[in-house]
Amino acid sequence: MKTWLLFAIVAVFVTVAVAQTNAPSGNAEKGKQIYTKIGCYECHGREGQGASATGPRIGPNPIPYPRFVSYIRKPTGDMPPYTSKVVPDQDLVDIYAFLQSRPKPPAP
Amino acid sequence: MGVNRRTFLKGAAGVVGRAAVPPSTSASQQSATSPVEVDELTTERCGSDFMVDVIKQIGFDYIAANPGSSFRGLHESIINYGKNEKPEFLTCCHEESSVAIAHGYFKIDGRPMAVLAHGTVGLQHAAMAIYNAYCDRVPVYIILGNTLDATNRRPGAEWAHSVQDAAAMVRDYIKWDDTPASLLHFSESAVRAYKIAMTPPMLPVVIVADSDLQENPLAVDTKIRIPKLATPAPPQGDSAAVGEAARLLVAADNPVIIADRVVRSSAGLKNLIELAETLQAAVVDQGGRMNFPSRHPLNQSARGRAAISEADVILGLEVGDLWGATNTVRDQLHKTSRSATKPGAKLISLTTGDLYTKGNYQDFQRFPEVDLAIAADAEATLPSLIEAVKRLITADRRRLFSERGTRLKVAADAVLERLSTDAAYAWDASPISTARLASELWAQIRNEDWSLVNGDLSGWPQRLWTLDKPYHHIGRSGGYGIGYGAPASVGAALANRKYGRLSVNIQNDGDLMYAPGVLWTAAHHHIPLLTVMHNNRAYHQEVMHLQRMANRHNRGIDRPHIGTTIEDPNIDYAKVAQGFGLHAEGPIADPRELGAALKRAIAVVKKGEPALVDVVTQPR
Repeated sequence: MKTWLLFAIVAVFVTVAVAQTNAPSGNAEKGKQIYTKIGCYECHGREGQGASATGPRIGPNPIPYPRFVSYIRKPTGDMPPYTSKVVPDQDLVDIYAFLQSRPKPPAP
Repeated sequence: MGVNRRTFLKGAAGVVGRAAVPPSTSASQQSATSPVEVDELTTERCGSDFMVDVIKQIGFDYIAANPGSSFRGLHESIINYGKNEKPEFLTCCHEESSVAIAHGYFKIDGRPMAVLAHGTVGLQHAAMAIYNAYCDRVPVYIILGNTLDATNRRPGAEWAHSVQDAAAMVRDYIKWDDTPASLLHFSESAVRAYKIAMTPPMLPVVIVADSDLQENPLAVDTKIRIPKLATPAPPQGDSAAVGEAARLLVAADNPVIIADRVVRSSAGLKNLIELAETLQAAVVDQGGRMNFPSRHPLNQSARGRAAISEADVILGLEVGDLWGATNTVRDQLHKTSRSATKPGAKLISLTTGDLYTKGNYQDFQRFPEVDLAIAADAEATLPSLIEAVKRLITADRRRLFSERGTRLKVAADAVLERLSTDAAYAWDASPISTARLASELWAQIRNEDWSLVNGDLSGWPQRLWTLDKPYHHIGRSGGYGIGYGAPASVGAALANRKYGRLSVNIQNDGDLMYAPGVLWTAAHHHIPLLTVMHNNRAYHQEVMHLQRMANRHNRGIDRPHIGTTIEDPNIDYAKVAQGFGLHAEGPIADPRELGAALKRAIAVVKKGEPALVDVVTQPR
């Protein structure tokens, strides 16, 4: 049981790491501007730190890029959708780069 | 109806006049023509003196008002005949502030504050705050000035400030009102109003003090009876229904208690803890009041949705929106909802909400399909529910409860650890994160006898601080009407003053801008209150609503700031507060400067004065 659980956890981490590594390379500085301009900060905070009632933390380790994109385009929860008509794919690449670049919290 | 009512009142006033008003004045009032000039220009006693006797006997410590000519007689009687003591007159800059001050005061003191206002323009200003108090189940005792007798009105303003049925405008969201036609009538109705207001569900009431009744002379030896006041004991749940609730809770595998506006007293808090511990049941505190200690291992509020989804029996205690607590709504183009509970979960409601509901305003929320409804006061019913639960517990159940309690403690500990980590993200950000602000504030107040009288900060105080006294948090506005925070804080801080507590108001910027003059009231009356601005420079909830609409319509997603933000120019709240006579610092956008500024402000507050620190924050 424990071995199975350990394997599952390792598999998840590897999957996330690969997915994040495979994310297209974006411009974090440009992503910051877009992130603010199109209102992502409103629910997720200016650093992607999240807020309990409005939106979860999305930086500095955002969900794998394919899921990130698909959720933004067709959210399954309460988040407003951002279609490609109003946010091009390249902007999402840059936003993703910005979120990845957010600082980790200081050690306790 | 107006003519009939006037005719009735005039006749009734005549009856009182025979008992209370000198003959010359009574005769002039009954005249069909204009009163004749008389030489009698002063009197030693007037109707409003008697009204003060009534007010004093009921027992108000304070009466809040923006001064108004329709109650000039009563105002004068309060400060001179009544010596401005019990009640003391609180000078307010807006009637919305007067009512919200009374709203906050009650939630600490447990007794209503009286409010004076014009029956017209004053009540119009006060209306939103009355609605907040109504939704929040808080009694506010409102006395309106009015001049019903048209032949006694002075030309001009007094006509504009008179109305046939003053309370009509707010009757949909008060519990009771009356327009007394004599001083004896005032006496009875004033006592009745208090009794009604203080009977759960506690709600605002209105009494109209006619200006003629206030100002007419009263013979010095006039005796008018003031009825004895006996405030009713709150209604307890039917014993059979309480027994059935106990049976369901004891038999449950995963009972969850949802608490909203339950706790009014230390005894209520102790009893809710005892009920939860006896059952080892999860508690989800919705924060309408401080219902359950934030660090108690059975407190599952930070994982409330998960706890509710696991429940097989849910007990809702004074929950304003039980449907909302047990369902989720998806706010997309086509709104959908689904149950958040598992199939077959039993729902029990115990609330005074079932005892009193009105139709027009819809604060009663969507209809919850409960399996057992107990129409009663939850706090008053807790002792009998605890006893009923204890009678049913067997050794087997106790063992199961113990195991459940252990599981819940593990879950609570895990949440606590996660929250501690979450709070550290954006720690050094500027604008300052809400978690950092909550943490810095907590570091300054944790060793004081503190009271958070307003403010949410995205729930961080409830998650990071140790709340274990009823006055550690007093809930929110009730009706979500903006403009509540600052004045309610002033009222609560006034009530806390006699205990020497450090009152803390986490103040939203948009909320303060509705009636910032209440800061002057705090300074004028030396009300110690620390106000910490949660200054996100926006009506941020509305920014998000606009964003949702723009996204939904696939256009202009970079424009929701239009009409929703409070920028260009940024408001300097420290300067605003300084102008009202407060110690104030800011704007502070660097988190490293925060601790020292808070410390300086707290030193001022501990000397008995209000202070404000303007903190530029993250939006949420």
